[in-house]
Amino acid sequence: MTCQNYKDLMMAYLDNEIGDEQRRAFREHLASCPRCAAELKEFEKLKRLTDGMTLLEPEDRIWEQYCGNVYNRVERGLAWIVFSVAAILLIIYGGFKLIEKIITDQAVGVLLKVALLALIIGLAILFVSVLRERLYFWKKDRYRDVRR
Amino acid sequence: MGSFSNNETITIRGCSSSSKELFEAIVKRHMKDAYFIALGLVGNHEDALELSQEAFFRAYRNIKQLSSEGKFFPWFYQILRNLCFSHLRKMKIRHAGSLDEFEEEKIQIESHDTFDPGVLAERNEDTDRVWKAIGKLDDKHREVIILRHFRNLSYEEISKILFCNPGTVTSRLYYARKRLKEMLESEKGGR
Repeated sequence: MTCQNYKDLMMAYLDNEIGDEQRRAFREHLASCPRCAAELKEFEKLKRLTDGMTLLEPEDRIWEQYCGNVYNRVERGLAWIVFSVAAILLIIYGGFKLIEKIITDQAVGVLLKVALLALIIGLAILFVSVLRERLYFWKKDRYRDVRR
Repeated sequence: MGSFSNNETITIRGCSSSSKELFEAIVKRHMKDAYFIALGLVGNHEDALELSQEAFFRAYRNIKQLSSEGKFFPWFYQILRNLCFSHLRKMKIRHAGSLDEFEEEKIQIESHDTFDPGVLAERNEDTDRVWKAIGKLDDKHREVIILRHFRNLSYEEISKILFCNPGTVTSRLYYARKRLKEMLESEKGGR
């Protein structure tokens, strides 16, 4: 085995994640390789430093409020969905009413009515086209279930 | 720790039916792990709290993606780490956008400035330096250092939540520690 192979064992040795046989083999290598022995010493020094470090535990009230805060997000997420659906429905309803008024209004010229109709048909085609494209790619997407 | 040991299999079917109590139990069981891992990945209390709670919210929203035999924590961990890493990326872009091209060094300094040594339980000059150096590591190297040193996970547990083999964990740990050592030495030499 080369020193490079032993470098992988060095981490497992350092973290006590090594079997007896590998430990013996690694110690034998250390006895014959001053470079690896010196490197291990440096890593041990670093490990002593990091092992002595712990993260500050937040105050109890943080944990007491934690679940509540997650649920606030769930609630707000639902509220946004309901709000968005309602806003879309209202906009569609208002739009239809406005169009109805313009079309039935005798004072509005034919040209304006035709232009408005063309605008609505154009928007409808665009909407259907985008929706169909999205659906097509969603069905064909082989990676849609892959965890990202 | 060991709260996401091999034996753990959350009854996900119950959770799919939006059982508030079950999800609350899952949050309570994993909130400390989630917070401390996020703290290790982003380096400060406010962001860690915000991102770990957001991760639970997204997990709740997408719980149906998890197979019934699936273990909750490895799946949840992917959500948490993606959130933390994308948060750090956004911060870097924001810094880069507000500075001109001649201030790249400043960007480097500011990106690990979010690693606040105030989150350490016991502080001295050495621990502050190590914490700052951990903040300068690449995401995937910082991640293994945090999981190993600050959450005391075994190589096998780390490989399970990272969806990689233990050999990859070993080599990432080697390069992470090597880089840490180099940074601390160069800092010492520069003083």
